[in-house]
Amino acid sequence: MSTHLNLNESTENFDSFSQGIRDCIPTLLGYISIGVAFGVIGITSNLSVLEIFLLSVLVYAGSAQFIFCGLYVAGAPFSVIIITTFIVNLRHFLMSLTVAPHLTRYSPLRNIGFGTLLTDETFGVAVTKVMKEKQLGGNWMDGLNLTAYLTWIASCTIGGIIGKWLPNAENWGLDFALLAMFGALLVLNLSGVGKTKLMHYLKLIALMAILLYGLLYFVPGHLAVLIATIIVATIGVATEK
Amino acid sequence: MTTTFAMLLLMLGCALVTWAPRVIPFILVRNIKLPDVVLRWLAYIPVCILSALVLESLFQAEGSFVTFDWLNLIAFIPTLFVAIWTKSLSKTVIVGVITMAVLRLFF
Repeated sequence: MSTHLNLNESTENFDSFSQGIRDCIPTLLGYISIGVAFGVIGITSNLSVLEIFLLSVLVYAGSAQFIFCGLYVAGAPFSVIIITTFIVNLRHFLMSLTVAPHLTRYSPLRNIGFGTLLTDETFGVAVTKVMKEKQLGGNWMDGLNLTAYLTWIASCTIGGIIGKWLPNAENWGLDFALLAMFGALLVLNLSGVGKTKLMHYLKLIALMAILLYGLLYFVPGHLAVLIATIIVATIGVATEK
Repeated sequence: MTTTFAMLLLMLGCALVTWAPRVIPFILVRNIKLPDVVLRWLAYIPVCILSALVLESLFQAEGSFVTFDWLNLIAFIPTLFVAIWTKSLSKTVIVGVITMAVLRLFF
């Protein structure tokens, strides 16, 4: 919208809608495989294709949608489903808080748009971009976000349709795409820091492993992720030189 | 291709509680100047949250002891090497998925 007269090549490249789409492509396999898997599971949890579609449009969060199915099919009360969804997605608060300071120059309405479409994956891609280029552009964010959002809705809906015809569709290793992607994003983020900083981070990750292991005895995984992140980031600040 | 009014309300409720934590920080940081220590804290969030998500899927919390999810752990080793070696998101994901598909063939 705002860059029609922009002749500065490098600025245009860093903040272009189409570059955002391109940077989203490596994550699409993750969205597609998880989305299709969700659609299939939605059908086996007695949701209709319309409900699967609406859920992916309205909630747009993989883990929350899976847990929604699990609780719904178990006959949990609506209050429990809504509170669990809230806790599962609370980590997005930290992610938004991390990304938002780079986008304050845009209008409130556009910022609401950036926040609405923030996911684990787009967060990962965006912080990697910040780490490499020290800035974020709104058009680039929109390209990234809309590509991810539309792919997610389409994948979930197609998964629902597949699930209606093939109730036991197996996903051959595709569910691992998500873990592989987070691993790669972690490596990319670490490769940008200096040598002394890297040692600090590696120690923090070791601490994270121990802390998570302990927490998993007491709380579900999504809550352990949230608590461990808050604790380890605080220790990170307290111990930096 | 149907839904009920109650189901629609439930989905809207879930949408609202998902949307609020995503959007509130974007409104908050426009109006409040975050203190330096908070900004330094936020700088640790990407690595912390990404490593937490990875590590959480390498553990298996079912049963009375928390153990490793061996299949994920074994598949993660070559995946990690490809990530370090290529620094490429798509190559890492493809190698990861193929490794897992091959492992599932045998286990």
